[in-house]
Amino acid sequence: MTLTVSGLVMVFPILYAFLISFMQGGEVLQGSLWPETFSLANYVSAFERVPLLTYLWNSLLVSVLIMAGQLILCSLAAFAFVFTEFKGREWIFYLFISTMMIPWEATMVPNFQTVQSLGWLNSYAGLTIPFFAMAFGTFLLRQQFKTIPKELYEASQIAGISKLRFFTGVVLPVAKTTITTLAIYSFLTAWNMYLWPLLVTNNEANRTVQIGLKQMQTQEIASDWGVVMAGVVMVILPTLILLFAGQKRLQEGLTQGALK
Amino acid sequence: MRKVELKGITKSYDGKQDVLKAIDVTVEPGEFFVLVGPSGCGKSTMLRMIAGLESITSGELALDGKRANALTPSERDLSMVFQNYALYPHLSVEQNITFGLHVKKVSKREQKERCKEVCGMLGLTDYMKRKPRELSGGQRQRVALARAVVTQAPLCLMDEPLSNLDAKLRAKMRSEIRQLQRKLGLTMIYVTHDQTEAMTMADRMMILSDGDVQQIGRPLDVYNNPANTFVASFIGSPPMNLIDAEMKDSVLVADGHWMTPVTAAMKQKIGSGRVTLGVRPEHISLAKDSEPGFLVQVANVEVLGTETLVTFDFGEATQWIAKWPGQSSVQPGEQIRICVDDRHLALFSAEKGERIVCEAAPVKKVSL
Repeated sequence: MTLTVSGLVMVFPILYAFLISFMQGGEVLQGSLWPETFSLANYVSAFERVPLLTYLWNSLLVSVLIMAGQLILCSLAAFAFVFTEFKGREWIFYLFISTMMIPWEATMVPNFQTVQSLGWLNSYAGLTIPFFAMAFGTFLLRQQFKTIPKELYEASQIAGISKLRFFTGVVLPVAKTTITTLAIYSFLTAWNMYLWPLLVTNNEANRTVQIGLKQMQTQEIASDWGVVMAGVVMVILPTLILLFAGQKRLQEGLTQGALK
Repeated sequence: MRKVELKGITKSYDGKQDVLKAIDVTVEPGEFFVLVGPSGCGKSTMLRMIAGLESITSGELALDGKRANALTPSERDLSMVFQNYALYPHLSVEQNITFGLHVKKVSKREQKERCKEVCGMLGLTDYMKRKPRELSGGQRQRVALARAVVTQAPLCLMDEPLSNLDAKLRAKMRSEIRQLQRKLGLTMIYVTHDQTEAMTMADRMMILSDGDVQQIGRPLDVYNNPANTFVASFIGSPPMNLIDAEMKDSVLVADGHWMTPVTAAMKQKIGSGRVTLGVRPEHISLAKDSEPGFLVQVANVEVLGTETLVTFDFGEATQWIAKWPGQSSVQPGEQIRICVDDRHLALFSAEKGERIVCEAAPVKKVSL
């Protein structure tokens, strides 16, 4: 019972946004909870007012690129930190994760200047590449890789299997659940980015969907909440789909090792 | 078949303390060589150095007469079985066995054939599609063995492969591994802390303690003629009974009241002063009426069916164990008269614990 009530409380804002997206302009301000008719007019005007499709496509592309870049770099870095021995390994690792303590906003200006001088403004490169290195992801995967018995590595050394083949053939499949979790996390983080795309893009061709939403809200003096909510629903849809699809994996990841 | 030679092999992690001290040993082709010792004696380190997983601090390792110090593990052409089996959890039994064969340029077809053959040999045919987590401990152990065998490497290294199995299965796998090694003519180097495994499996064994070689020899030679008190108490179950004794005139006196005469030759070797006296449990028996014996109090009795282990107080601080064939009716607390077969006494120097006199009956040499 308590669970149901708190569940309802939690889900109410999303549900309400979903309902508003079907309401006519006046209904929202009257404070009604249920739309009189379920019309798709808001969705149509959402697509008309801003180039929502372009934005969605941009967001998708940027998020996928960031996710892929992060996964590749983080897993390779974590592999190096766990399975190769070099001088100062621990020290470099701690230096690496200590960057997590620097707030992102503090690096924003230098990052912007770098991207600007590289001529990456208004490009996918400028939107994605600054996010490829992720200390958190490296940390997460390193901890996961550390649980892989080192005998597995030694056994493949004796068999003569190359490091790359061990990485792709053993480490990645064994750490599959953690990598999936990280993939979902980094996709969603990238999808929800707002400030950085706003800084490095100023044309419609490269902007992402979060900026589109803000545009919708501020285009007119009185926001047409029905339209804005229609846009919001379109935007959170991928998030929800990803969460539902990944739910099983996420659960697996959380309960892994609990059952033998 | 492969010959492995270690010449003055030393290992040190910090450059100050040696974990292994100048090991010299030659493992003959086709030999089952066991490294045995208590935890932390350096036996696993030695095996890992042979495998190439640990660097060699100094000394030379030769495989078939060729220096191998700088070779990578795969260049040494050997296989290894790990204590925790090191099976790839996401691969099926079949994939586990053939994983890595492509490096050795084995064709897909031959991989399949070899895998089938090995699985047949080890009774894994029905489990080839299963994942390691769906197998019992014994089956996992067999997969690990299969993976070592399938490479057809002439040298196989095993690091305590049976220590995760229960006692019954362990005895079974002991015999299986030994038969497999004979059948394939492998040179085997086997690490264990279990002296029973060493005794039952080895052609020759090396006893290590604190990085030092204590003794190298055939199991029975080691059992009958332990080189020092460490080997005497480590090999044999129950271990050899030891007690400090003193030379007085021409008799050895242990604990002030038990005496045993010694021959002139022995006396000369012992000189004067203190020694450690050792007796195997099976050389202590109940004294018959006519025999000289001495009274002891029984502390505990373990009847095993075929034999009986009797623990009794010997002196103030020591307890000895006697092993008698059959099922004895001796009860704890009872006073019994025992006698020791003095032909089998072993004497060790009191300071260093080294064997002084070898009075054991000559052992029939066992051929390999």
